[in-house]
Amino acid sequence: MSADVKLESVWIRFGDFIAARDVNLHIKGGEFFTILGPSGCGKTTLLRAVSGFLTPSEGSVLIGGENMAGIGPNRRPTALIFQNLALFPLMTIWENITFSLEVKGVRKAQRKKRADELLELIALPGQGEKMVSELSGGQKQRVAIARALCAQPEVLLLDEPLSALDLKLRQHMRTELRSIQQRVGITFIYITHDQGEALTMSDHVAVMREGIIEQVSDGTTIYDEPDTAFVASFVGENNRFAGKVTNVTDSFAQVSTPEGLIRARCSKSPESKVKTGDDVYVFVRPESLRFVSGRLVDNQMKASVYHEEFEGNMWQVFLDISSTRKRVKMSYVNDGSIRSHSGEKDLPVGFSSEAAIVLPQGPLAAE
Amino acid sequence: MIQGRIQNFLVIGFVALFFAYLFGPLIVMGLTAFNTSGFPRVSPWDCFTVEWFDVLMQDARLVTGVRNSLLIGIGVVLLAVPIGLAGALMLMQIGPRLRPWLYTVTISPILVPGVVLGISTLLFWDRIGLMFGAEEDSIFYDGIFLTIVGQATFISAYAMLIFIARLQRFDPALEEAALDLGASHTQTFRKILLPFLRPAIGSAAVLAFLASFENYNTTIFTIVSSSTLTTVLASKVRYGIDPSISALAVSIVFLTLVGAVIFEISKRRETRRARSQMAVARGEETKVRKQRPFLTEPAFIMFVLIVVAGLGTVYFSGTVGVEECKIAVKEQRQAEIKRKIERRQQQQMFQSAVDTQSQSSSDQEDSKVTAKGTEGYQSVFSPGNLQGEIETQAEEEQPVKGTEGYQSVFSPGNLVSPSSDEPEEEKPVKGTEGYQNVFAPENLSNQVPAENSGN
Repeated sequence: MSADVKLESVWIRFGDFIAARDVNLHIKGGEFFTILGPSGCGKTTLLRAVSGFLTPSEGSVLIGGENMAGIGPNRRPTALIFQNLALFPLMTIWENITFSLEVKGVRKAQRKKRADELLELIALPGQGEKMVSELSGGQKQRVAIARALCAQPEVLLLDEPLSALDLKLRQHMRTELRSIQQRVGITFIYITHDQGEALTMSDHVAVMREGIIEQVSDGTTIYDEPDTAFVASFVGENNRFAGKVTNVTDSFAQVSTPEGLIRARCSKSPESKVKTGDDVYVFVRPESLRFVSGRLVDNQMKASVYHEEFEGNMWQVFLDISSTRKRVKMSYVNDGSIRSHSGEKDLPVGFSSEAAIVLPQGPLAAE
Repeated sequence: MIQGRIQNFLVIGFVALFFAYLFGPLIVMGLTAFNTSGFPRVSPWDCFTVEWFDVLMQDARLVTGVRNSLLIGIGVVLLAVPIGLAGALMLMQIGPRLRPWLYTVTISPILVPGVVLGISTLLFWDRIGLMFGAEEDSIFYDGIFLTIVGQATFISAYAMLIFIARLQRFDPALEEAALDLGASHTQTFRKILLPFLRPAIGSAAVLAFLASFENYNTTIFTIVSSSTLTTVLASKVRYGIDPSISALAVSIVFLTLVGAVIFEISKRRETRRARSQMAVARGEETKVRKQRPFLTEPAFIMFVLIVVAGLGTVYFSGTVGVEECKIAVKEQRQAEIKRKIERRQQQQMFQSAVDTQSQSSSDQEDSKVTAKGTEGYQSVFSPGNLQGEIETQAEEEQPVKGTEGYQSVFSPGNLVSPSSDEPEEEKPVKGTEGYQNVFAPENLSNQVPAENSGN
C-alpha cells in the first residue's frame, strides 16, 4: 500500500531561476517525511514535481521504483493536500470526499458508504450532507485529508496544510495527522516552514535552502548535530560566534573569537570538517548557556543582563557580552530556585564545549 | 437639527428626481398604451382602452419582427456564449506577455461601430456566397443567419468579459485537486469548472439575448429583406406611429417584471433552504424541512393571483364601455367647438350692431372682418387669436372640424374620415348647453335621454 519515493539528481529551472539544484532524496515507504525550509526555498516546487504538476528540467522522480516521467498527476499513485485545501465549494462534504470514486464511475450508493467510513475515520460522522462553507477550519482540514485518502494513494503529499489554522488547532492537528498516518500506513511527504511541526511529526526531516537539500536526518540529529551553518541557524534558536580555528584535535576545535578563545566540538559530517585557519561559526543553543557561579566550564565570559522575559516555565535572558557588547540569549527552566537577574552587570556566563558546535562559515537563515 | 432636516429633504428630493428621470418616460409611455387617442399621448386623456394590444396582435409585420428577433436572440445566445467561454478560457491560460494583445484583439468588436460590423458581415458573407456560387435564397443571403453571425461578433466579446470576471475568482488549485484525485481533463472541466461558471453562463446568456434583441445598427444591414422588432419599430416611427407601439413596450416591461419576480421568489426559496440546512447542521432542528413544489409556493400563487386579477381588471375596464366613451368624447369635442362658434357669432352680432350704428354701409362689414384678423396679428401668440380665426372661418360653415384638427396637426384623428362626421354637424348644437358645465348633475336628467334619442 505504501510506496517509496526517490528523487534522483532533480533540477528544476524556471528561466534563470533555479528552484531545485541536484536534489537527491530517498523517502522510504510508510514513513512520515518532512521537507523543512524557509518560504521560497523550492519545497513546494519539489512537491509538485512528485505529484506530477511539474516536470523536472533534469533528473527523475521514481515512485515505488517506477519512473514517473510522462505520467500525469491524475495517473500517479499520489494525492496532494493543498495549502488552501482546495475543497470543491459547490459540492457537499461527502461528494468532496468521494470525488476520486465519482470520476472512476463508482455508483452513488457505494460512494456514500465509503464516505461514511471515511467520515468515521476523521471523526466527523453524519456530517456528509453539509456544504464546505459550513465547516470550521479544522474540520475542513480533516475533510481534505479524507478526500485524499479516499483515492487510496500510496503517497500522500501535504503542502503546509496547517498553516491556516490557529495555534491550538495546529497543535491538535499535528498529533491527529501523525495518528492518521500510523493508522493508514502510507508514505507522507509533508512540506512546512514550521520547525515545530517538522520535529514533532516526522520520521525524517530534510532541510532545504534555495533549492539545495542541506541535511536529511531525524529530528533530534537535525537539532543537535546540524551539518551546516544554515541548518544550525534555521532550526531552533542559536547564539553565533564568528572566529578562526586555531587548533583542531580529533573531535574538538579551538576557535579564536573577539569574545575570547572558545572550545567546541566538530561536526561529524565529512563536508563540515574544519582545519586550522578556517573561518568558522561557533553555535551555542540558548538553553546551553549558564550562569556559572564558581563552577568551572570550558568556555566562560562576563555579561550584563539588559532584558529579561518570564514565560512561566522558562526564563529568557538577553545578555550583553561585556568585552564586545555582543548580544546573546540564554534560556533556562524555571525550577523555582531562580530569581530575576534584571539589570545585573558582569555576571560570569559559560557553556560546556560539548554543547557548542563548530561549523564552516556559510549562508545563514534570515533572522 | 434644521440643517439635518434640510439635508434630508434635499436627499429625498434628489432621489425622487432621479427616479422620475429614470421611470418618467416609461410611465408616460405605459399610459399612452391605454389611451384611445390615435396618437400616443397622455393629455388630453380620452378613454381607457386595451384596443391597442389588439391592434398590436393584428400587426403582421410587427409580429413577424418579434418572432425573428426571438429567433435571432436564441441563435446569438447559442453562438456567442460558447465562443465567449472559449475566448475567456484561452485568455486565462496564455502567458502574461501575450495576454494584453489577445485581449485587445478579442475585445475590439465592442469598440468597432455596429454599422461597420453590419456592413462588413454583409460583404464578407456575400463574397463567401459568391465563392461557392450560392443562390440568392441560400444561407449566405439569409437575413436571420447573417444577423446572428453579425451580432455574435461583438456579443461574444461581452460574454467573454463576463466569463473573465468569473474566472478571475476561480481557484486554479481546484482544477489541480481534481486532476490529482484522478479526474481526466474533460471530467475536471465538466465537474469543476462548468458548475463554477454556471451563474456566469446564465448572465452571459441573458445579456447576449438582450443585446441581440435591442440591436439596431448592425441588424439594419445584416437583416437584408427580413425584419426584426427594432427595424419594424424604426420604420414605423418614420411612417407614423400609433399607441400599439406603447402597447408592445408595456408587454415587454410586463414580461420582464414577471420574469424578475419569479426569479426573486425562486432565489428566496433557495436561501431559505440553505438556512434550514444550516440550522440542521448546527443541531437546532432535527431534519431538513421538505419544501413544497414551486407551483404551490404561497408567494408564487399570490403573484399569479395578483397578475390575473390585474390583467382582468385592465381588460375589463379597457373593453367595456369604450365605444360609448369614445362617442361621448367626440361629442364633447364637437360641442365645445359649436359653443365657441356660437359665442363668437353672438359677439359678432353685437359688434356688427354697434358697427352699423356708427357706419351704416353694408359692404364695410367685410372689411371689418379682415380688420379683426389684422388686430390678431399684432399679438400673434395670444390664444384669443385662435378664436378669432375660428370665428372667421365659421362663417364658411364647413371647415370647423378641420380647424380643430390643425390645432394638433399630427393627430391621427385627422385622418378619420370627415365624411362620417358631416351628418352629425347639426346635432351637437343641442348638447351645447349641457356641456357648458359638464359635470352638473342635472345634465344627466334631461341631457342623456335627449342624446340617446338623437342617436
